[in-house]
Amino acid sequence: MGRTTSARHTTTVQPSSGWVAMRFGELWDYRELFYFLTWRDIKVRYKQTALGAAWAVLQPVLTMIVFSVFFGKLAGIPSGDVPYPVFAFAALVPWTFFASAIALAGNSLVEQERILAKVYFPRLIVPTAAVLASLVDFGIAFVVLLGLMLVYGIVPSAALLVLPFLVLLAAATALAVGLWLSALNVKYRDIRYAIPFAVQLWLFISPVAYPSSLVPEPWDAVYGINPMAGVIDGFRWALLGAEPPGATLAISVLVTGGLLAGGLLYFRRMERSFADIV
Amino acid sequence: MTDVAVRAVRLGKLYRVGERQPYNTIRDVITASARARLRRLGRPSNGSAHDPSTEAKSMWALRDVSLELREGEALGIIGRNGSGKSTLLKILSRITEPTEGHAVISGRVGSLLEVGTGFHPELTGRENISLNGAILGMPRADIQRKFDEIVSFAGIERYIDTPVKRYSTGMHARLAFAVAAHLEPDILIVDEVLAVGDAEFQKRCMGKMGDAARSGRTVLFVSHNMAAIESLCSRTIWLEGGRCAADGTSSEVISRYLATCLSVLSDHVWPEPELAPGNDRVRIRRARVRPEQGEPEDQISVATPFVIEFEYWNMREGARLNLSLHVYNEHGVIVFNAIPTEELVWHGRPFPRGLFRDTCHVPANLLNEGVHRIELLVVADSCHVIHRMEDILVFEVRDIDDSRDGWYERRVGAVRPRLAWETEHLVAIDSTASGDA
Ligand SMILES: Nc1ncnc2c1ncn2[C@@H]1O[C@H](COP(=O)(O)OP(=O)(O)OP(=O)(O)O)[C@@H](O)[C@H]1O
Ligand SMILES: [Mg+2]
Repeated sequence: MGRTTSARHTTTVQPSSGWVAMRFGELWDYRELFYFLTWRDIKVRYKQTALGAAWAVLQPVLTMIVFSVFFGKLAGIPSGDVPYPVFAFAALVPWTFFASAIALAGNSLVEQERILAKVYFPRLIVPTAAVLASLVDFGIAFVVLLGLMLVYGIVPSAALLVLPFLVLLAAATALAVGLWLSALNVKYRDIRYAIPFAVQLWLFISPVAYPSSLVPEPWDAVYGINPMAGVIDGFRWALLGAEPPGATLAISVLVTGGLLAGGLLYFRRMERSFADIV
Repeated sequence: MTDVAVRAVRLGKLYRVGERQPYNTIRDVITASARARLRRLGRPSNGSAHDPSTEAKSMWALRDVSLELREGEALGIIGRNGSGKSTLLKILSRITEPTEGHAVISGRVGSLLEVGTGFHPELTGRENISLNGAILGMPRADIQRKFDEIVSFAGIERYIDTPVKRYSTGMHARLAFAVAAHLEPDILIVDEVLAVGDAEFQKRCMGKMGDAARSGRTVLFVSHNMAAIESLCSRTIWLEGGRCAADGTSSEVISRYLATCLSVLSDHVWPEPELAPGNDRVRIRRARVRPEQGEPEDQISVATPFVIEFEYWNMREGARLNLSLHVYNEHGVIVFNAIPTEELVWHGRPFPRGLFRDTCHVPANLLNEGVHRIELLVVADSCHVIHRMEDILVFEVRDIDDSRDGWYERRVGAVRPRLAWETEHLVAIDSTASGDA
């Protein structure tokens, strides 16, 4: 039965007080669950929707068309040296990822309440898996973006090398916001209804439909407080050869770091009461 | 390697109750804090931080439970609804934190609290096995290796590629149990699986848990099925209001538990005739159920002859009274109606004023196991019901081990007679002849 092959490990259950340890080692023990929950989130989403993976393409593409007609053509919003459609799409790809990841992660714990009430595993896995699952849609949309750049004959510069870092920043921001939202959502069920609204507002304060150069001089660095501004400016820099975001990006990284650390601590603190509340 | 698998020291769990929903909306929080602030304004001198209203809204679901379980021991946990059984299991499987005390658990825990843990309705049985295995902490290689065994144990081969949302409740439960049973954890924690699934599946569950216990695993098993507890667990604890009321050998703890559960209703005495139930024609003095032999408080089993006894005052000279008993089972079915037609001395005669006692003898092997209720009717002149009392007695007929014959579910039917039965071997089949044909 192989029970004696590995040393028996001992667990102690006791009330935790104050701020609890992060227990990252335990997450490693549960790495397979990361894989399975991510895989499940992807599978369920593609199973439940008639269009399946096509959604990942349709959503940003349709938004890009609408933006191009109304903001690009009718409102005449400047898009720098690149045509407006590819300018908007380069922002919509990370934005769509971010928006769907925080919605999925924010509702993840509440949707898993049956499991939370009946099995133990590190709860952190649930919102993290939701963010990871959203990366698949991002990958698909990114391929479309590359196709669009090809069509417009845009060749990225060496700045392309920072792209993985920008994706990481977007994922970290989504995780940070997702941790806060999911933990709050267990306690305050109106968060669920606030998420779509917040996403909508956030879209307007992010430079998706317009360039961040429209923001006047003393405010453009402060603009980086919205980490998605740093991510989107970074994408345009890396792919379309726009101005490097500089201070905006640096502030975004700091803000995301703070948000993520706070989110992890808050999540861990709330975690012990999840099973009692759901 | 230590010999102790679970050591719990003074575990306690405080729950906040009261509000209809434990979770709030932000509006609730704002109004509550505003109200608290107003209250503080109203009573500025009250320096104590202790708010009596929060105390009233909390409840100890578990208190002061200490427990030491050796490796390979199978422990049954019994108690009424809400006595804290599931709470104890949830603490030990780390789903919820104790409010006080601590527990040290050595070994991997596999827990199955209620059914369908962690299944996703959109995924197929196959996909859910992998997912559920991972949730329960089973390594992927193990899941692959045991896959066929799990499927055949659950008996859902034909539905393995069907989404779980199309499964019946029973199939769901079978699959859930199958995965958990193949976890091979060091400590198996099971909460009321036997409540679902058909008899055949229940038998397999019990078999699997028995195997687990015999192969040196520690089992904690909560159930309301005393027969199942008694046959699987040598030791049982009884929780009452969150505290441990008894801890000992299963048969002993179970009979004490059942006795206190029901004794209140199996013997009623009303010493003062003025305060007794009844009217100006009849007053009840006592009602009780007791075994024919032995102590009155002994348990009644399906194999025990017992008596139902009433004492009553006849208040009117010359009344022709008779009692009529309706015995109901727990499904609300009247198992029988007893009237004293076989009684020779007083039946049909006028009663003088005074105290009477009627004793009705119920033979062994008549009632099935379960809780029975008696409704008493006092009848005058064989046709007028002059007094009626529902649930005047409530008593439990227990199952006994030896008549179960490996069958863990209760036998169906309102009665459970032992009937004479013969089986005869009439013709032998010639093996060579049938083999050639
Ligand atoms: N999450 C919770 N929040 C508040 N109270 C709870 C919570 N869970 C359980 N309780 C309360 O704790 C008490 C013990 O519940 P528990 O589920 O442990 O009972 P049980 O012995 O398993 O009962 P049953 O036999 O019905 O399964 C009950 O009074 C219940 O209402
Ligand atoms: Mg329970």
